[in-house]
Amino acid sequence: MDSQSVAAQTVETGHIEHEHPPFLRHHFENVAQQREAATFGMWLFLLTEIMFFGGLFCAYLIFRNWYYPAFVAGSHSLHIWAGTLNTTLLIISSFTMAMAVHAAETRVRRSLMGWMIVTIILGCGFLCVKAYEWHDEWVEHHVPGLNFNPATLEHGTKAYPDDTLAPDMAQKTSVYFSLYFAMTGMHALHMIIGVSLLTILLIGAYKGKYVDGHVAPIENFGLYWHFVDIVWIFLFPLLYLISRHQ
Amino acid sequence: MSTIVSLPDQSTATLPKVSYLNKEYGLKSWLLTGDHKRIAVLYMISITFFFFIGGAMAALIRLELLTPTTDLLAADTYNKVFTAHGLIMVFLFLVPSVPATIGNFLIPIMVGAKDLAFPKINLLSWYLYIAAGIMMICVLVFGGVDTGWTFTTPLSTHYLNTNVVTAGLAVFVAGFSSIFTGLNFIVTIHRMRAPGMTWFRLPLFVWSHYAASILMVLGTPVLAITLVLVVLERTIGIGVFDPSKGGDPLLFQHLFWFYSHPAVYIMILPGMGVISEVISTFSRKRVFGYTAVAFSSVAIAVFGFFVWAHHMFIMGISNYSALVFSLLTMLVAVPSAIKIFNWSATLYKGSITFETPMLYAFGFLGLFTIGGLTGVFLGSLGMDIHLTETYFIVAHFHFVMVGGMLMAYLSGVHFWWPKITGRMYPEGVSKLAAVITFVGFILTFFPQFILGYLGMPRRYAAYPPEFQVLNVFSSAGASVLGVGYLLPLLYLTWSLKYGKIAGANPWQATGLEWQIQSPPLTENFAETPIVTHEAYDYEWLANKTRNEVQTVG
Repeated sequence: MDSQSVAAQTVETGHIEHEHPPFLRHHFENVAQQREAATFGMWLFLLTEIMFFGGLFCAYLIFRNWYYPAFVAGSHSLHIWAGTLNTTLLIISSFTMAMAVHAAETRVRRSLMGWMIVTIILGCGFLCVKAYEWHDEWVEHHVPGLNFNPATLEHGTKAYPDDTLAPDMAQKTSVYFSLYFAMTGMHALHMIIGVSLLTILLIGAYKGKYVDGHVAPIENFGLYWHFVDIVWIFLFPLLYLISRHQ
Repeated sequence: MSTIVSLPDQSTATLPKVSYLNKEYGLKSWLLTGDHKRIAVLYMISITFFFFIGGAMAALIRLELLTPTTDLLAADTYNKVFTAHGLIMVFLFLVPSVPATIGNFLIPIMVGAKDLAFPKINLLSWYLYIAAGIMMICVLVFGGVDTGWTFTTPLSTHYLNTNVVTAGLAVFVAGFSSIFTGLNFIVTIHRMRAPGMTWFRLPLFVWSHYAASILMVLGTPVLAITLVLVVLERTIGIGVFDPSKGGDPLLFQHLFWFYSHPAVYIMILPGMGVISEVISTFSRKRVFGYTAVAFSSVAIAVFGFFVWAHHMFIMGISNYSALVFSLLTMLVAVPSAIKIFNWSATLYKGSITFETPMLYAFGFLGLFTIGGLTGVFLGSLGMDIHLTETYFIVAHFHFVMVGGMLMAYLSGVHFWWPKITGRMYPEGVSKLAAVITFVGFILTFFPQFILGYLGMPRRYAAYPPEFQVLNVFSSAGASVLGVGYLLPLLYLTWSLKYGKIAGANPWQATGLEWQIQSPPLTENFAETPIVTHEAYDYEWLANKTRNEVQTVG
């Protein structure tokens, strides 16, 4: 077949098959292939995210082994009620997000938007509590590099008066708080991105998208949201719950 | 000399009326395109630009090293120049070189798809690359950075007053560009293959890109978080790598090399894919031990993740872990050697012709073998203590990356140039360029092995006078090498207008990409191809050609 006839044929036939739904992109054979590709791509992206947080978790593991007393003292200075509240908020938000995916699958626009709004509110609630905690740590001079004062951790806290640290170990609490801010900061950044994306999706849902069988964006965003949630499920015990039984 | 090139009759041949190049016109149709072929061309132009900036830095380095004293560049300027050379060549040229250009162009066609799975993410990847490039240029304009391309802490976090943060962020952004490329490839290879295109019918080019993509997707994020921590440490002063706060600089080395060692396989694996295609085509034989070559790519990717600490033998890591990492390093030589042996065995009793891509491929075989074997020297603990941080390392790395990867890239560019542009490059002058590159390369880098063995350390602007003779050889070779790289730039540009019309399959090759017009249609295939033959099945091609002639006749 020479090139002209191929070209001519394409001009004729390229746009004949328009029985497919409007959201099917031209380079996919069918909707199933498009949906599978999108989901597979999302899982791969989450794999890169695991490696991204993995670097931090690796650092945490090493330093916690080296400076265990400092990590205990640092952990005890956090508000356990705030961490618990945030964990609860995120778990509920994962449930509401799952319900949003379900609503998109069953093609109920009002319920889809409702669940999305609840998820956004819960996400914002998480960020507010987090911001409160960070502010509190700033006030207590626990921000490494900016206003860190290890002396505040040498003599234990009200709830844990036995947490006395030698001055050189108290210095090491700065490593704990470096990791605390890096990890919760990266997590909060992912939450902010998540809430922003969800808002964009909400606008799409308002315009009537995602309830015509094109569930993939909602479904894949759901995967992202659950992933960010799971990261927190690991962060909470690692940062807040070190040796709380004393 | 015999040749397999078969071009259409030049008096009647024309370029196809409709192709990806002329379907739409205007800058906007390029900058907002979703077409993987156009993005590949955008990438090709951008990486060529940065290659020549990085090359100019190399020229400055070699000029400075012409004499033992620091006469052309002051010591701190020299530090900035070799850092810029390293950062630009590694992150803006080598990592995206084959995958983002030739791979981007070919992967969808080779698997029989109309495009990559995520065209918009592909375009986003190019924009991220450009953003990283602009940041890197800003670094150069606003005074440079002198950490070396490795960002070693605490040097980078505490002791330097240069643009470390901008450079770190540039690499961070370039990293995401490469993550998106890798992600796109993996999904495309898994989900977009044409009917009949089974895993073991895929060209080896696709296998090697698959392996490289795994490394991109799993390794790059670790570099990203490491650079974030370096930037945070430098800007607000957190203490993860800072020993004065209880942090550990060795942790930085572990995290950095966890990416940056696999990164050399990100760079070399796609080049190995090119070599498989070229060697098979120009010896008219199926690649010997196809399955072994395919799995050796994956094996390199897997082993590649467990050798990083061989960069740290002199940094005080435990003797036992050094032993294990030394052993694993030598294991990587096994799959690499499988490839070299199988390519050589492919040549055996093949019908070999010496077109330009094949000349570059031969260059690759020789230079990569030397580069790889000197890697085994460096992987053994005793030798490493003597040779590390000397010019031996520099020569080893350049043999693999320039002698290996750049040769493979140029081989691929020449091989697929007729497919990308529809026109042939001029054969005579390009053969000359291939030979000049090879000679220039040997002259530049072989003396550096000797220099390193004699103990000349890397990264210094001055050196003892007894090293001058070999350094002069090296600098002279660099100027020859420069000519070897400028020639293709000139004649390939020339061929865009004056090259011979190539036709669909000038090499009589078997790949799917050669069964469609050159340059291809935007949607690649007029109808979805159904694959019924193995890769490199020259009998199938001969039958097909015979049938077509009969049909037409």
